Amino acid sequence: MTAIQHKPVSPVAHLTPEDVEELGRLLDEIREEVVSSRGARDAEYIRKVIKTQRRLELGSRAVLLASLFPPAWVVGTIGLSIAKILENMEIGHNVMHGQWDWMRDPKIHSTTWEWDNVTPSEHWKHSHNELHHTWTNVLGKDNDLGYGIMRVDEDQPWSPALLGQPFYNFLNMLVFEYGIAAYDLELFALGKASPEKKAATWAKGKQVLRKVRKQVLRDYVLHPALSGPSFVPTLAANAVANLVRNVWTHSVIMCGHFPSGVETFTRMSIECETRGEWYLRQMLGSANITGGKFMHVMTGNLSYQIEHHLYPDLPSNRYAEVAPRVQELFERYGLTYVSGPLPKQVASAWWKVIRLSMPTKADLDKRKARKARRATGRRPAVPAQQQQQETVLEPVA
Amino acid sequence: MTITKTEAVESTSTRTRSLSRTLGRVAEALCTPLVPADYLDLVAPMRPGARRAKVVAVRPETARATTLVLRPAFRWPGHRPGEDLRLGVDVDGVRLWRSYSLTGPQRADGTLTVTVGALDGGAVSSHLQSVRAGALVEVDGPDGVFTLPDAAPAKTLFVTAGTGLTPVIGMLRTRLADLPDVVLVHSARTADDVMFAEELRDWAAQGRLRLVERHTATAGRLTAADLADLVPDVAERETWACGPNGLLDEIAAAAEAQGWTQRLHTERFRPVLVEPGTGGTVTYGRAGVTLEADGATTLLAAGEAGGVLLPSGCRMGICFQCVVPLTEGAVRDVRNGVVTTATAEDPALVQTCISAAAGPCSLDV
Repeated sequence: MTAIQHKPVSPVAHLTPEDVEELGRLLDEIREEVVSSRGARDAEYIRKVIKTQRRLELGSRAVLLASLFPPAWVVGTIGLSIAKILENMEIGHNVMHGQWDWMRDPKIHSTTWEWDNVTPSEHWKHSHNELHHTWTNVLGKDNDLGYGIMRVDEDQPWSPALLGQPFYNFLNMLVFEYGIAAYDLELFALGKASPEKKAATWAKGKQVLRKVRKQVLRDYVLHPALSGPSFVPTLAANAVANLVRNVWTHSVIMCGHFPSGVETFTRMSIECETRGEWYLRQMLGSANITGGKFMHVMTGNLSYQIEHHLYPDLPSNRYAEVAPRVQELFERYGLTYVSGPLPKQVASAWWKVIRLSMPTKADLDKRKARKARRATGRRPAVPAQQQQQETVLEPVA
Repeated sequence: MTITKTEAVESTSTRTRSLSRTLGRVAEALCTPLVPADYLDLVAPMRPGARRAKVVAVRPETARATTLVLRPAFRWPGHRPGEDLRLGVDVDGVRLWRSYSLTGPQRADGTLTVTVGALDGGAVSSHLQSVRAGALVEVDGPDGVFTLPDAAPAKTLFVTAGTGLTPVIGMLRTRLADLPDVVLVHSARTADDVMFAEELRDWAAQGRLRLVERHTATAGRLTAADLADLVPDVAERETWACGPNGLLDEIAAAAEAQGWTQRLHTERFRPVLVEPGTGGTVTYGRAGVTLEADGATTLLAAGEAGGVLLPSGCRMGICFQCVVPLTEGAVRDVRNGVVTTATAEDPALVQTCISAAAGPCSLDV
């Protein structure tokens, strides 16, 4: 993908500003319908998911007490992996979005939920809810685009270090929860940070270490110790469950914004963005995954990434219900609803990571120009046409 | 060194305590990031210590009032007659809390009773009318200041209307024996609408209290003038009044005029409802800032303009970083006009970046 403003033919060129505002109004209408009909049915849903997850976790951990016995190890490990995925995706991620705050239940509330992940909820809410969901797919603003370490868009500059990004991405996938913690701390941007910023990062880092200690103590010391002679198999089961969760969540999240067909935006294009334009950016900047009910729950309904980005605080069980209406709006307004089965979307995202690790001739030329510019300390004149494209918001009258 | 028997017992109990503390810490470490209670709630929601109660019996009190017999799971700390129990129930998926007067002392079997009148349009009261035995409710309390002093007054007057009788029946059931001279003036729509009627009429027949029933459907609303006629020595009596705001205001005015305000104790059983308007006085409690905000300015923007340090994030209602408790009053969601109200007994959490004042409101921030 290339930032939408740099494309020769913009996918929104056919929309007038009035179209965009009307689209925003229609999306608001769907939102209102859901908000006004939230009730016992939804509360029952999330309570059922939480109950199921906790039973599954308890049951799996109980089975693992006998993990010396291989079938018990297999069953317990599968159960624990699913329990961890459910907790992180359908429960933790969505509760922290405030999707269930309307229930006024202090136990299921964005301000109190702590998830089964080494990243403290507080850090996640800042980097994910606030930065990523507000600045979705804006180059230079949304660090989820490559997590600050990868190049996932043609408009991100290439450098030789990026040759290794398929390898980094693979490593990140294996230890994803730690990757998220490092990412939430913005560790990769620390070199350029001010002393105050560094001190703040250190303070946040200590919170992460505290959480890591608790998580590690539980998974790799206490539960194995409870298993007695099954100490080592139980430890291995916990390690595998965490690994499975890491690989799964990494894959699902890659499918959200990296597959081909998803658009990115330049920083200037979103200045003074209207509600309609914000909606439009969310529509174009996300991709869905098709599949069965179990798959949707296991992705935390992030398989409805488009609906989730339009309505991050609506209960996740409602995304499937509003999806056909949202899709109908895409069709009515001539926009592409990016969607595909999981393997296809994962492959597409991986292909992008691999492809963009290698420079094209144009990338090398740009790099040379950047170097030259840095050497002379001058900015070259931007061609008038491109300048105009940068400032004009996507809809063209 | 010789160890006396008491010391040995003490050191054993210290050891037991520290052992149970250690076990508690291990259980917590096994459950992190949840707490053991989260798992216990799955299998034993009524385990000892849980802040819940089971509804063990439901009895219609009148056509429009229901008595609930509740067994708390935790050790009830005891209560003074007249105090309230806070009940939390999920109404259409939303946890709502309301206070109800305890209508008697805790019984030998550990149960407590409250009587719930069907307030017109009251979400919780309507819900509780149809609650069934076996249901679990969240419980908190006791609290309240509408209570009798330990030293019994020589002359006592109770003025109640409708469900305003509920704290008073609690006082009478516990303390009637030590109150030498009691008058109860109670208003209800008809004779059939009088709660605890049989009990009250029995006491009256036995001469243990003077009961004045006022049936408003036929005799009209009770006024302060009526009260002076019915109870000529009203100014000499220690008076507890509970009922609709109009009645209480009138009694308070009469007490003020006749100089017996110190003897008057009132409790309002309907909160002073905030009629949602646009804009209002916003109090940022902990910051100690009070300011006027219009209906178009968000609580976040108004607070920041007034120098209050508030949490914030996206400033457009999606990230939930700005959520703070609304302790009293009404706010309106500027995106869709939906009003959220809160009272001291049922505070709500609101997003300040998309909420504007819809009347006077207080935030705990």
